[in-house]
Amino acid sequence: MHRMLTIVIGALIMLAFATLVLVVAPYRELEPVAAPVGLNPYTLAELRGRATYVAMGCIYCHSQQPRANSLGPDGLRGWGRASVAGDYVYDYPHLLGTARTGPDLFNIGARQPSVDWHLAHLYQPRSVSPGSVMPSYPFLFKVEKVAQPGEKRVTLPPQYAPTGGEVVATRDAVDLVAYLLALNHTYPVTGDSQETPR
Amino acid sequence: MTLTVAALLALTFLISVLGLFVFIWAQSKGLLAAGPHAAEVIFAPNEVGTIEDPSGSDTSRLALQSARDAALALPTSAAGNPRKIGPAELEERRRADLSSRAPAFAFICSAVLWLVLGSVFGLVTSLKFQAPDWLTGSALLTFGRLRPAHLNLVIYGWASMAGIGVALWMLPRLLKTALVGGHFAVVGASVWNLGVACGVTAIVLGWSDGMEWLEIPWQIGGLLVVGGALAAVPLLLTLRNRTVNHLYVSVWYLAAALLWFPILYVVAKAPYVHFGVEAAIMNWWFAHNVLGLWLTPLGLAAAYYFIAKVLGRPIYSYSLSLIGFWALAMFYSQVGIHHIIGSPIPTWLVTVSVVQSVMMIVPVFAVAINQHMTVLGHFAALKHSPTLRFVVLGAMLYTLVSLQGTLEALPYFNRVTHFTQYTIAHAHLGVYGFFSMVMFGSIYFLMPRVAEREWPYPRLIALHFWLVAIGLGVYFVSLTIGGLLQGLAMLDPARPFLDSLTVTLPYLTARSVGGTLMTLGHFIFAYHFLALVLKRGPQRVGAALIGAPQASGA
Repeated sequence: MHRMLTIVIGALIMLAFATLVLVVAPYRELEPVAAPVGLNPYTLAELRGRATYVAMGCIYCHSQQPRANSLGPDGLRGWGRASVAGDYVYDYPHLLGTARTGPDLFNIGARQPSVDWHLAHLYQPRSVSPGSVMPSYPFLFKVEKVAQPGEKRVTLPPQYAPTGGEVVATRDAVDLVAYLLALNHTYPVTGDSQETPR
Repeated sequence: MTLTVAALLALTFLISVLGLFVFIWAQSKGLLAAGPHAAEVIFAPNEVGTIEDPSGSDTSRLALQSARDAALALPTSAAGNPRKIGPAELEERRRADLSSRAPAFAFICSAVLWLVLGSVFGLVTSLKFQAPDWLTGSALLTFGRLRPAHLNLVIYGWASMAGIGVALWMLPRLLKTALVGGHFAVVGASVWNLGVACGVTAIVLGWSDGMEWLEIPWQIGGLLVVGGALAAVPLLLTLRNRTVNHLYVSVWYLAAALLWFPILYVVAKAPYVHFGVEAAIMNWWFAHNVLGLWLTPLGLAAAYYFIAKVLGRPIYSYSLSLIGFWALAMFYSQVGIHHIIGSPIPTWLVTVSVVQSVMMIVPVFAVAINQHMTVLGHFAALKHSPTLRFVVLGAMLYTLVSLQGTLEALPYFNRVTHFTQYTIAHAHLGVYGFFSMVMFGSIYFLMPRVAEREWPYPRLIALHFWLVAIGLGVYFVSLTIGGLLQGLAMLDPARPFLDSLTVTLPYLTARSVGGTLMTLGHFIFAYHFLALVLKRGPQRVGAALIGAPQASGA
């Protein structure tokens, strides 16, 4: 049986070591990182929007991590400065992403602050962004004969607008846009929070 | 700060290398009791030299044996048919195979059904790139839900369950005793199935934990831990009854994998522990270890057994296989962070993962030399053994995908491929080209023993092989090229971002073609599987034979 024990103990040591290096050490190192001065916690609406972002799987095409100039032209594309660990302290779950089928969204709120643009884009991406392969999300909207007062109407180019009615955003869509507009990390990072831990 | 990091880095390195040397030393001193003898424990006395492949017909088994003998320039033993295994050993093997029937079947049958469902999800996801306004009427069918549903179905439904099923079937043969506690595994299979079904339903309904490979909500994910632990019970119980002196290398891999997975999953899913960037680091530590410490050992365990067993030839070097095992455990467990190079994470972490990704060359070469040297000179056998065709292709692609992985981790190359479809192609080469191919071969070998019946339509096996092999080829080549073009376009500040999408579109269409072929292959596989199990189709010789092939179907 001792040979089996060698395997079991050896296997456990290897995994424990990997966990120590890749999980525990970063945990200890990143735990004290505080939010930069310019970063606000999410509002309730933004958090609801963020949950929709998670539920719709936006992460499978969009990253939220502009990289340093040495790694690519993210800055030149207007995606913002390289992000730092402090930028993510309010994020649960993390949404860094590993695919860029679509552009990075870490500063989409600064780059595209128009609510109307975002709503039209979610209703039908190709109405404002020709050539996009992003799915449309018509189920986040309602079509009404006439929009009620207080409801958010969506302005669409005529060829994308439904006949005989107006497209109105549901709360899900409004919240999602609130979250997208909150993705604005253009504040300067100074002092401790600026340096990525080394 | 820098000093601590440098010290930690040096320590990692030192311990890794030291550990490797200790094991090599222990191994050379015979402390791990390895020798040429240990490589032969999976054979009965005098069995070496006799082929075994229940997946073929009698004719193909005869041809396989002739090819085997011809490669050694022996007078063919098929004609005279000296049955080299004694009747006692044959009976013992029959009993071993009987003991694992129920648990192996429970896991493998579920795996096949998840595979079909998972590939349909994958195909629909892929087609959405060609028709972004297709199936957008409901949130249930949006791209961002079908894609993680596909991943979870094929990883936790198909790959994991097939791996466990094949492991359970191999155990009694590796330990030469009847499987003990198989009913624990049967219960484990139902719990695991429940976990996958509820987990994927949750994802489709929009309830997701939001991290790649960890989407299944933790409230449901616990089922996978319980199911996996239950599946490991027979391993422990059967080990106590083993009649072999040596633990074959496959047992090492299986034991370690069954131990590792629940730990990985519990650490990763611990609710409200992980935060922000730390969660991203943990995310990729986990995701890569699902490949490295779960699927890879399960796949290699099967490859080590079936290649040797079909050819009736002990693996080339038993010592090499042990080095391969420990080096895999040491290096593979630390490579995950190369998935987030360039993210706002501590620089030293990236360095560790890149270093260990390069060190992965050690276990990969150990396995590659070992498995390919075992097959070397016997390539003619591939023609006659359906099992070998799948498993050897899988083993070759393991070498390829691992070396590609090392290359991909190098920052110079990663800069281009990061965030692109190239990574998706690489993932499919690993999980599909290596792991799934090995599983297909293993299932073709063992199902006739489980169902006590031959595969009814041998041509369907060939059709399955060519469909998925060509399908994967189209998939991998097109997406690799598309991914590279995408990465280069993304890095060029003079080109608008949309260019990086536009250049991939024709390759994404080709990917759908490849995916269609693979899915078609899976439907044929599943149909054939059900025909076997439900006793449909022609019955040629009744219960599948083991032992030496009989001339004239006696």
